Amino acid sequence: MSKMNMLQAINNALDTAMGADERVLCFGEDVGVFGGVFRATSNLQQKYGKARCFNTPLVEQGIIGFANGLAAQGSVPVAEIQFADYIFPAFDQIVNESAKFRYRSGDLFNVGGLTIRAPYGGGIAGGLYHSQSPEAYFAHTPGLKIVVPRNPHQAKGLLLGAIHDPNPTLFFEPKRLYRASVGEVPDEDYRLPLGEAEVIKEGTDITLLGWGAQMEVIEQAVELAEKDGISCEVIDLRTILPWDVETVANSVFKTGRLVVTHEAPLTGGFAGEIAATIQERCFLYLESPIARVTGMDTPFPLVLEKEHLPNHLKVYEAIRASVEF
Amino acid sequence: MTTTKSKVVYSPVFTDGAEFRIPTFKLLKQDGSLYKSAKAPDLDKEKALRIYRAMITTRILDERMLAAQRQGRLSFYMQCTGEEAAVIGSAAALDDNDMIMAQYREQGALAYRGFSIDEFMNQLFGNELDYGKGRQMPVHYGSKKLNYMTISSPLATQIPQATGYAYGQKMAGDGHCTITYFGEGAASEGDFHAALNMAAVHRVPVIFLCRNNGYAISTPAAEQFAADGVAPRAYGYKMDVIRVDGNDILAMYEATRAARAMAVEHNRPVLIEAMSYRLAAHSSSDDPSGYRSKDEEAVWREKDPILRMRLWLESKKWWSEDDEKQLQENMRREVLETMKRAQKRPPPPLETLVSDVYDEVPPMLAEQFEKLKAHIRRYPDEYPKSAEHAKGGA
Repeated sequence: MSKMNMLQAINNALDTAMGADERVLCFGEDVGVFGGVFRATSNLQQKYGKARCFNTPLVEQGIIGFANGLAAQGSVPVAEIQFADYIFPAFDQIVNESAKFRYRSGDLFNVGGLTIRAPYGGGIAGGLYHSQSPEAYFAHTPGLKIVVPRNPHQAKGLLLGAIHDPNPTLFFEPKRLYRASVGEVPDEDYRLPLGEAEVIKEGTDITLLGWGAQMEVIEQAVELAEKDGISCEVIDLRTILPWDVETVANSVFKTGRLVVTHEAPLTGGFAGEIAATIQERCFLYLESPIARVTGMDTPFPLVLEKEHLPNHLKVYEAIRASVEF
Repeated sequence: MTTTKSKVVYSPVFTDGAEFRIPTFKLLKQDGSLYKSAKAPDLDKEKALRIYRAMITTRILDERMLAAQRQGRLSFYMQCTGEEAAVIGSAAALDDNDMIMAQYREQGALAYRGFSIDEFMNQLFGNELDYGKGRQMPVHYGSKKLNYMTISSPLATQIPQATGYAYGQKMAGDGHCTITYFGEGAASEGDFHAALNMAAVHRVPVIFLCRNNGYAISTPAAEQFAADGVAPRAYGYKMDVIRVDGNDILAMYEATRAARAMAVEHNRPVLIEAMSYRLAAHSSSDDPSGYRSKDEEAVWREKDPILRMRLWLESKKWWSEDDEKQLQENMRREVLETMKRAQKRPPPPLETLVSDVYDEVPPMLAEQFEKLKAHIRRYPDEYPKSAEHAKGGA
C-alpha cells in the first residue's frame, strides 16, 4: 500500500500495465516527455521509451483513429484526450468505429484493447471548455463501456480493469479530484470489475446514486441528512455503460426512494435513463418521485460555476424533499 | 520552429507551390505495348495471370451483381469498373500478409487475395454464412484470414486506423505494412489529414492509396479541391508521393512495389495518387447521367485497364483468345450458380442481433432479447426470418 493522489494512482496503473505487457502504449497530446498537462503519464516515456509513450499531433480524431487501428492490430492502446471537452472531433471514430468494430465484422476484428482516458468535470474554474461531463453522449452508443472512478484506489483498479477489458472503454477521470483525492492504493496489479456498481454505505430510508467527483458531494450531503435522522444508502455506479441495474434496483426495493446526481445538464443526462429504468422495475416500491440533481441546462459557466453545479446542499435538499414527499 | 532552415526575405514573398509539378508514372500504352524507355516490372507469368484473373473476376462479378440488383435480388451494389488496375495492381505488389484497409470499392483486392465467389455472395446476400452475420449492407466485405479489414461505411475513418495498424506492425517488427484505399472525395475529410500527418511524424509503414476517379458521387474533382489533385498535399506532411496512371496495371504494380519497400525497409509512409475514372455509377442508387456526359464516359471507356493488360499479356504470349473465352465463360457460370446457392441460404440466426456488441451480452441487452423473442412468439407470421429461432428461452 502507498498513499497516492488520483493522478499518482492513474500513473501507477499505466506503469503497471506497461510493465506487464509490452503491447500497452500510451499516447496523446503532451503525453510524452512532459507527462501530460496533468502529469498522468509522468516518467512513462523515460521508463518505456518513445515508441511506447509519445506525443501525438494535436488532432483528436487522428488520435482515436490511430488508436482504433492499433487495437485492431492487437496492441493495447491507452489514448489520452487532454480534456473531455475536446473529445468531440473524435466522436465519429468512437461512436461509428470503436463501438461498432466487433459487431460489423461479425467478430472477425475488434478494438477491445482500446482505452480512452479523458479528464472530465467542473469545479476547477475551467469555464465552458474545461468542465464538461460528456458521458451521456457516449452512453447512447452500444458497444462502448464507460467508467468513472471516485478515488485513487478505484482509479487504479478500474483503469487496469478497463485496459484489460476486451471491449473499447472510455475512462473519464474527475480532474477536480486529481490532486484533492488522496488515499491508500495497493502497489500490485489489481483490477476492479466493470459493469458493477458498489454500495459504499448501507442505509434504509433513501438511495443516493452518483459517480466520479459527485460521490464526494453525496458524502457531504449524507452527513447533513443523517444529522436529521435520515438513513442513507450510497451507491457509486462506477460503470455508466453497461450499467448495473440490479444493484440500484435492489437498493430502491429496500429504501423506496432514489436521488441520482451528476454534473452534466439535466435534459438528456444519464440520470434520466436511470430514473426511467428504476421506475419500471420498482414502481410499486417507490415512496416518492425519483429525483435528479444535476447541472443546469446551460453551457458550463465560469464565474457562476458554484451556482450551476449540483453541490451537497442541492443534494441534501433533494433528500429532504424525497423523504418528506 | 521548423525542421528546415528557412531563407529570410525582406519584402513579402508569397509562394503558390506552382514549382511542384508532379509527373504521372506510366509504363503501358493502351495497345498493350510499353512506352519507349519504359521497363516492365519483374512480374512472372503466374503472378501476371493471377492479377488478370482477379481483374476479370471483379469485372464479371460487378456486371452480374448490378444486374441482380436491378432484378431486385439484391438491395444494393457498388462497382469497381474502370478502377480494377488501380486496386488490383497495388494489392498485387504487397505481401499477402500485409493489411488492407479499404474504403468500399476495392473488391478487386479481395478477389486477388483469394476471396471466393461464394464468400462474396454470402456477404452480398447477408446469409448465415456471411462473416459479418448479415449486419452490413452489401459490399461491406471483410476477411481475417486474407488480412482485409471489414469495410465501414463512414468515409476516411479507415485512414488514421491504417496509420495506427501500421504503427503496431512496426512495433511488432514483423516486416509488414498496411495499405489503405480511399477516394479523392474522402481525402477532404479531416481523418485523411490526421492520418498522413501522424504517419509522417511517427514514421509509420503505411501506404495511402488515393483512387482519384474524378467523382465523389456527383461532385467532380474540380469542385472537391482547387489544387492539382490530392498528391501535392504530401509535401505539406513531408511525405513521399507518386502519381500513377491508375489504368496502367504495370505502373500501379511497380509504384506500389517501390512504395512498399520504402515503407517496410525505411518506415517511410507513401502517398500514391492513382488517376482513374469511375466508369460505373457511384452505387446502384446513383444515376451518373444527371452530372456527366456519355461522351466523357466514352473517352475513359477507351482507356479500359483490363483490355490494356490483356493486350500486354497477349504480346507476351501468356494469354490467348481461347483462354479469355474460357475464363469469361467459367466465371459467368460460377457467379450465377454461386449466386443462386447463396440466395437460398437462410438468414443469420436471431441471436446475431445481440451478439458481438460486446464480447458478452450484457444483462440489460439479454433482457431486451428475451422480450423480443416473447414478442416474436406472439406474432410468428410477422417475423418469418426468425420465428423459428425465437422458440427457445423463457
